[in-house]
Amino acid sequence: MDLDSLLQSVFNFENYGELLVLVQNSLWAGAVLGLLGGLVGTFVMKRDLAFAVHGISELSFAGAAFALLIGTDVVFGSLVGSVAAALLLGLMGVRARDKNSIIGVIMPFGLGLGILFLSLYEGRAANKFGLLTGQIVSVDTVQLQVLAGTAVAVMAALCVIWRPLSFASVDPELAEARGVPVRSLALVFMVLLGVSVALSIQIVGALLVLALLITPAAAALRVTSSPRLVVLLSVVFAVSATVGGILLALGGRIPISPYVTTLSFLIYVVCRVIGSVRARRGLNGRVMRTA
Amino acid sequence: MNPVISLKQASLKFGRRALWEDLNLDINPGEFFAVLGPNGSGKTSFLKVLLGLQELHSGHVSLGGHPVERGSRLIGYIPQQKPFLPDTPMRARDLVGLGVDGHRWGIRLGTAKANRRIDELLDLVGASDYAKVPVGQLSGGEQQRLRVAQALATDPKVLLCDEPLLSLDLHHQQAVSALINKQCHDRKSAVVFVTHEINPIIDYVDRILYLAGGRFSVGTPHEVMTTEVLSDLYDSNVEVIHANGRIVVVGLPDATTHHHDDAHAAAGEGS
Repeated sequence: MDLDSLLQSVFNFENYGELLVLVQNSLWAGAVLGLLGGLVGTFVMKRDLAFAVHGISELSFAGAAFALLIGTDVVFGSLVGSVAAALLLGLMGVRARDKNSIIGVIMPFGLGLGILFLSLYEGRAANKFGLLTGQIVSVDTVQLQVLAGTAVAVMAALCVIWRPLSFASVDPELAEARGVPVRSLALVFMVLLGVSVALSIQIVGALLVLALLITPAAAALRVTSSPRLVVLLSVVFAVSATVGGILLALGGRIPISPYVTTLSFLIYVVCRVIGSVRARRGLNGRVMRTA
Repeated sequence: MNPVISLKQASLKFGRRALWEDLNLDINPGEFFAVLGPNGSGKTSFLKVLLGLQELHSGHVSLGGHPVERGSRLIGYIPQQKPFLPDTPMRARDLVGLGVDGHRWGIRLGTAKANRRIDELLDLVGASDYAKVPVGQLSGGEQQRLRVAQALATDPKVLLCDEPLLSLDLHHQQAVSALINKQCHDRKSAVVFVTHEINPIIDYVDRILYLAGGRFSVGTPHEVMTTEVLSDLYDSNVEVIHANGRIVVVGLPDATTHHHDDAHAAAGEGS
């Protein structure tokens, strides 16, 4: 393959207008997932759960693969897998070190199960590949409605526990002293995280979930410490990555996920550079008074 | 006046080692109550009992007229200083904000009102200049002032302080203890102040609980900080010297001889 045809398969904007109409559902799905990922991601960062997200997505993959094998709904399968993993982590991993080792144990097991189920499955190969790398192109209206409904429910729940969850995430000792139910909140958040992971897997696949749930929030944290701004930027970054990724991918022949992950990564790099320039100049918001 | 904190026949043991036994104690609103003793004597555990994070071996403890639960809205808490990581995603004013309404459900709607209260508190502890600096980039003294502002945010009935002066210089020690005393006497909060050093707060303290060697003594500084009482508690010859309104304890058993006990207690208290 020469460079020209390579570029053709990566970027191709012929008949763009017609294609755009066809993927309207996908765009909406991307926007909803970006919004959800951006919101949930800020708490994932605050609670230092990046590694947990990876572990959950692997088990979610196993669940989806099993559903594919026995011929039931794949989304439901991935939902069951990820919520089970999230609850397991929430219940077992109280201490950080413990948590990481449990994730390290669960992750390869989940991935192995998933591969087992996929190798037993005799249907279309594209279905298999989609679980790992995402397949949002084929979202129909009913799927979109279910997706949006679930995402709205997760976001509503997140809003209800927003303040105590923030308190428990950044200052757990104090939160506990003030009577905030730190442990129950941790469990509830793990369930919300499990659902978010299962939904995100549909667009970027099990391997690349971090690009939606970690990268945008991590990028936002590089440029601001204001809680409101972190949330806003994280959502903007995540939605730009998903919607932008889908728009770029339209004409090409490759899946959407590399576009989404690349955009997400570039946003992070830019934020990192801005953050380090600011740190070098010593701009941290302190009011200087000349004595 | 009803006591806001009440312990009845309270005992705390780790395994077979008793930290204190048969403690009867009432702490009243507006009282400045200091808890003293060597490392590993159960000072921090005493606070954990009040916070509901440590079960008594036997006896009862109530706070605000109700049995102690895991944490309480009545409590303002200044923890032992533990610096925030440099990249903690929170500015000084956000930390204080958690004290104002972090325990409430939902998202913050009355932003203007909350912001006004936060500004007030920052001003009170002299932290306005670094209100927007990420907490991880502040010095230990600055972080500790924020902890005070955070603890005072809801005008708590009970203010629990765990070595709040540790790692502060003299100037900051005076500022922080004066703020706590102000809350105690102006707003009638009961203050429980855990410390290994009484002098910075000697002018404010109403009563002392002195813990040592599995036993304790309660009373005014005048009653407790005497050669007889401390010698009895430590079971060795300790001399207490009063000079210039300060108290010096001479001849405390060497801290290193308690090393094993300390490690044991630290493990117990951490769980």
